[in-house]
Amino acid sequence: METPVAVRGRGITKVFGDVVALDHIDVSMTQGQIHGLVGPNGAGKTTLLGLLLGLAVADEGSLEILGTPVGRAPAAPDGVSGFVDGPGLYPTLTAKQNLATLVALRPADAPATGIEEALEQVGLADVADAKVRGFSLGMRQRLGLAAALLTKPRLLVLDEPSNGLDPVGKKHVHAVLSRLAAEGVTVVMSSHRMDDLEALCSEVTILTTGRVVFSGPVSKLSDDNRELDYRLRTSDPSAARAVAAAAPGVSVIDGHDALARPDTDVIVVRARVAAMDGLVARMVRDDIAVRELAPVVSPLEAAFLALTEQETDR
Amino acid sequence: MTTTVAVADAPAPAPAPGAGAGTAGARPVPVARILRFELVKQFSAWRVRLLIGLCWLGPGLLVFAIDQQSTLPSDTLFGRWMHATGWAGPLVVLGVAGSWALPLVTSMVAGDVFSSEDRLGTWRHLLIAVRSHRRIFAAKAIASLTVIGLLVAGLAVSSVFGGLLAEGNQPLVGLDGHLLSGGDAAGNVLLAWVCVLAPTLALAGLGLLGSVALGRSPMGLLLPMLAALGMQVAQLLPLPVPVRLALPGYAFISWNGLFADPRQLGPLLIGVGVSLVWAVVATALAYLLFLRRDFTNLNNDGAGRRVLTLGVLPLVGVLAATVGVFSVTTGAGGSGIDQAKVQQSVATAFAHLYRFQQAQMRRPPVTEAQLQTSAACDKSEGLGAQAGPGNDWRCTVSWNVPGYNATAQAIYQLDVSANGRYTADGDGPVEVNGYFLIVSGGKPVPNPLWQFDGNVDLLPG
Repeated sequence: METPVAVRGRGITKVFGDVVALDHIDVSMTQGQIHGLVGPNGAGKTTLLGLLLGLAVADEGSLEILGTPVGRAPAAPDGVSGFVDGPGLYPTLTAKQNLATLVALRPADAPATGIEEALEQVGLADVADAKVRGFSLGMRQRLGLAAALLTKPRLLVLDEPSNGLDPVGKKHVHAVLSRLAAEGVTVVMSSHRMDDLEALCSEVTILTTGRVVFSGPVSKLSDDNRELDYRLRTSDPSAARAVAAAAPGVSVIDGHDALARPDTDVIVVRARVAAMDGLVARMVRDDIAVRELAPVVSPLEAAFLALTEQETDR
Repeated sequence: MTTTVAVADAPAPAPAPGAGAGTAGARPVPVARILRFELVKQFSAWRVRLLIGLCWLGPGLLVFAIDQQSTLPSDTLFGRWMHATGWAGPLVVLGVAGSWALPLVTSMVAGDVFSSEDRLGTWRHLLIAVRSHRRIFAAKAIASLTVIGLLVAGLAVSSVFGGLLAEGNQPLVGLDGHLLSGGDAAGNVLLAWVCVLAPTLALAGLGLLGSVALGRSPMGLLLPMLAALGMQVAQLLPLPVPVRLALPGYAFISWNGLFADPRQLGPLLIGVGVSLVWAVVATALAYLLFLRRDFTNLNNDGAGRRVLTLGVLPLVGVLAATVGVFSVTTGAGGSGIDQAKVQQSVATAFAHLYRFQQAQMRRPPVTEAQLQTSAACDKSEGLGAQAGPGNDWRCTVSWNVPGYNATAQAIYQLDVSANGRYTADGDGPVEVNGYFLIVSGGKPVPNPLWQFDGNVDLLPG
């Protein structure tokens, strides 16, 4: 059975004057998944999100959103909601008024989430009657998400939704996005926070200078046969160092940036996934307790850096 | 390198559970709803609230306060009559409003209605919610005009209340000295305020154009103010009449003609018509620029070379075309101010005011036919061209003294402005047009023949 796609683009090109923002890119985003969009500044992420939101049309190529081909005139596709370049909020209105005005702009028969419910979901119910002028960046981001939720979207497009979020706000946002995806809503989000993308996204597209350098499941990035640096905290660091040094395919890295903070319990090793599996087995055999094992740089970030550097070097 | 792990393409997806098809509704949002949204935004801004407060309270308080002073703003049209009638106050306010308040109001409302979205970064949000550029433009334009209308109404109502509270519904001395009853004055005052809505709309159109075309730039906000200032300066210059008539701000002046007898409706109607043309053209240009704007590029706020080609050049074309039309159709040329017109205007005003003075002094009433007033005016002591504006006009007014079968004369120095308005200053004899007080209605008032305002119709007779 074919997986239904929410977004399908072929050969999409968008040019602003002399700048090619998107250069014949192909994208496919699976329905009901959270799709991450990663890339350095100026890679074309916001332009792509703008096309999905109907703020502009591609100069070339075809784009189909929720099964409907996008026309040649800018128009928000049916069932799509979200924001780019930060949520659009009016500082002189309260949080509730901002949402109420949006509700008022919707057809009476359009499905909608209640204002209180939307505010509750993003954790802003307590400040519903406060003017947005006094909101922090994180609160604005959450209110922007609440505004997008009001429309009960089938495709939610979010540009840097994690910006400025504190841990509580992040928890709220992650919970909302995960629930939406579970309900079948497709979420497309850009972010520079690799930890967020890894925690939330099942698919990712990496853009650089207007081109797609990777698009697919996040697991494909971590499956790559690539050496990574790992932080390893054990019960016996000196014994662990000796075991790691002797393990095939594993090298101990001294003076790594991850060890800038004095921590004698931690060593950094570089290895492929299979070699790391072997190292852990050896340590267990030698009665060395493994208390923490994590990549210094996440697989997504490592892939991002590798892929974008390769593209830049070309 | 391009590594693409393609997800299998598939036909249209089924709607997500609980999400329903047509989430956002395919039908565009009705303009009335967007308008309500725009009005909510407008009225939530402290700037607009402050303007409303100032416009609805300020003029009334100002007129009342000025009326309590012994010195009146006689350099402002109708200012010298503020102690005589409550209808002079709203006309003083109207004169000042045309120069300052109305351009300021249009700048702060229409000049900011689009650019505020640029400053707040809310364009994309609004476009996604509304899904129609056309309707957004319509709602924003109507909202700003609604607020401007409310502010203009405030200025008018407040100044009328202030005037009536201070002096009541007394007759008003018109621009040529004839007396308007309280009812006639009320109608004319109301009509004058309605007439200045036209140039206000023209400035509002320029405000919309500036707001769309110049984005975040403060120049967009300032455009109506700068345009109004430029037009005021132009009206002070000795421009040919067709150019003067073709400027959209002329109706801020030509309402004066309502207070002459007979009314000088030609310049007024031309001024209103030109203003409305400018309002329509500027708004249409703003609309075209708005539809062509690309909202995906955050750094692009719409300002650019297009402003010149799509915004400025068509308006220059409108100005040139109207100047051409008026040159051909009105037959007006030069300054529009000549010796015959000045003489006629001064003689008429003197005759009216002479009757008014006699009534104030409780002397037997006289008619204009009995007076047979005439005026002989010259400019620069008869040297040079006897036409055009200047403060070197001198008129000798002659009239028959009723009951004495004798002709009397009085001399006036005139300061004639380029827009046709003039102030006549009595230069003797003292007992006719000198400064002395007359007790009228229990109050001492200056001799009405001492100084008076008049207006020369710039169009050919």
